[in-house]
Amino acid sequence: MLGDEAVALGALHAGLSGVYAYPGTPSTEIAEYIQAHPLAAERGVHRDWSANEKTAMEEALGMSYAGKRAIVCMKHVGMNVCADGVMGSAMTGANGGLIVTACDDPSMHSSQNEQDSRFWGTFAMMPVFEPSNQQEAYEMTRKAFDYSELRGIPVLMRLTTRMAHSRAVVENGENIREQNTLHFPDKPRQWVTLPVNARVRNRQLIKDYATFEEDAAASEYNWLIDGPDKSLGIIACGIAYNYLMENYPDGCPYPVLKVSQYPFPRKLALELSKKVKTILVMEEGQPLVEERLRGVFPTETAIKGRLDGTLPRDGELNPDAVRVALGLEPLPEYPASQVLAPRPPALCQGCGHRDFYTALNNVVKDYEGARVFGDIGCYTLGWMPPFNSLHTCVEMGASLTMAQGAAFSGTWPAIAVIGDSTFTHSGMTGLLDAVNGKADVTLCISDNLTTGMTGGQDSAGTGRIEAICEGLGVEKEHIRTIVPLPKNYPDMEKVIREELEYHGVSVIVCRRECIQTLRRHAAKK
Amino acid sequence: MKKDIILAGVGGQGILSIATVIGSAALDQGLFLKQAEVHGMSQRGGDVQSNLRLSSAPIYSDLIPKGGADLIVSLEPMEALRYVPYLAPDGWIITNTTPLVNIPNYPDMDKVLQELKRFPNVVALDVDSIAKDLGSPRGANMVLLGAMASALKILEPEKLREGIRRVFGRKGEAVVDSNIKAFDAGLEYSQK
Repeated sequence: MLGDEAVALGALHAGLSGVYAYPGTPSTEIAEYIQAHPLAAERGVHRDWSANEKTAMEEALGMSYAGKRAIVCMKHVGMNVCADGVMGSAMTGANGGLIVTACDDPSMHSSQNEQDSRFWGTFAMMPVFEPSNQQEAYEMTRKAFDYSELRGIPVLMRLTTRMAHSRAVVENGENIREQNTLHFPDKPRQWVTLPVNARVRNRQLIKDYATFEEDAAASEYNWLIDGPDKSLGIIACGIAYNYLMENYPDGCPYPVLKVSQYPFPRKLALELSKKVKTILVMEEGQPLVEERLRGVFPTETAIKGRLDGTLPRDGELNPDAVRVALGLEPLPEYPASQVLAPRPPALCQGCGHRDFYTALNNVVKDYEGARVFGDIGCYTLGWMPPFNSLHTCVEMGASLTMAQGAAFSGTWPAIAVIGDSTFTHSGMTGLLDAVNGKADVTLCISDNLTTGMTGGQDSAGTGRIEAICEGLGVEKEHIRTIVPLPKNYPDMEKVIREELEYHGVSVIVCRRECIQTLRRHAAKK
Repeated sequence: MKKDIILAGVGGQGILSIATVIGSAALDQGLFLKQAEVHGMSQRGGDVQSNLRLSSAPIYSDLIPKGGADLIVSLEPMEALRYVPYLAPDGWIITNTTPLVNIPNYPDMDKVLQELKRFPNVVALDVDSIAKDLGSPRGANMVLLGAMASALKILEPEKLREGIRRVFGRKGEAVVDSNIKAFDAGLEYSQK
């Protein structure tokens, strides 16, 4: 099973009562696996999608408050959306076991930035579990629930793309645990984070964090193995351990510290440093451990890793980069072929976003100062040829809000393009701002009735998009609905032009079902 | 014994069902397996690949090192070329010859085929036509699976047929039979 699925099954077997998630590559399959699993249905596990990562985090925290086990799943940038909830949950602590799962995407296979979610562990003072293979993903998820309840703290589970989206056999199914029963926290004060309580809790958390580190040093997932060759010591975090061992099929000659549970166990690193003079740090993502070990002042131990160029500064690790870092001869390889053209992803043939962009472009070409602010989803591909329709794409919900700032600064027409799922994820509050500020903006909601980019999950506002806009205060006559099809281009262009010319907030809902989900629905019938 | 396979193609062509059949056969034979897949943004008509590793010993890395792949198996000829730095010196390329042209700057087809001929071990066949001639155009990926069966070695062809039966069994006898027929046609071609 996939690493994602191993986490999901581990959670179910640990007596899960709820999965709370918003889809995001490479995390989506965790919630999907639970949604499809018979045990989840049998036990009535909560498994509906949440509107965004913040609502997901808070819903899960509520379940933990009620004494039951919950898991929150998201891609790395989702952690930014729910950061308030995550930081707050370290202060409240966990009652029922609570796991926050962040799937990082180094090399940005399907993301807008690289973020190493282990930083949140340090930041919030939470333990972090980082499995190095699918079997560990299953086992560590089960352990993480127990640990969360033992120490009264949420556990951050960190996966990366290769862990999340790679399959291996996972032994599972022993001692499937019952679900927790309803029981409220025995320390109720820390769940009310008024300063008078929070100050007390914060001091306790600082003490607990030292305990978490002692636990990490004793963890069965962290180990120090000696090696005969003392010219180098290696610290391998998470799946970096696999790339190391790949290069030494007969065993690594150097002493190795493998780390899968944090806070980083400094005690073990100190033991390693007594054996060697040089330590190579391998970690998937950002150089978090390396930066902590690398002092400002001279020390006897030399540190190598991503910061001195021994390993690449960015991108995911792979066996080849690790091979170079270890000073091994590269394997003989064929040079890259010169008869090659890049094949970037593109909007599907027959996709409604295509027709929307075609109509939009036909109108926008008549407005010299027009700027189109994009958002996150399939329709971000509208930046690419042949459309070249977008000027910006930053993060979930930023289209309409950036359009407002630009409009206030004199940009006209300022057009925002957002999908239906992204709109309900974090676009609605921006629309409220636009209405209150009487902004001169046109919001185009390209509604394909699903969360398309991640494979067609339910979209939170399906069937209610116009009602939501009206409820937020957009004037009814400036909420227009069009159907993106080539035969409708003249009508679509007329509507777009009229609303650009209106100097206030207008919303154009451009609605046609995603071609992928349409095919799937047709096949089901 | 180990076999490292790069499965290549364009999003939507169906490389993952090849991986599923091989995976099923490998598990049945008690082999270790790791398979890294591509999901999300990269699926939208862009190039896709999957690293499939089979071994009689535990496997560490989910990714195949450069110069390490025993096989590149591709449903699209140019996509086979994309991964040649990963091919072992004595590795095999098994590829479809029908191009999927969804980009304006697709290279000259003759050049693509010539480039493929530069490699010592290549099986290039038009799996689309073979599948069409058999009356099952959707079986193109099973023709390709058949064509790689001889080079795979770690699994007997009969094991792969059993894998097809397991994977497609749900879809009924007719689908299983047409897929087995497609598989056999590919196998026969590669042995000529």
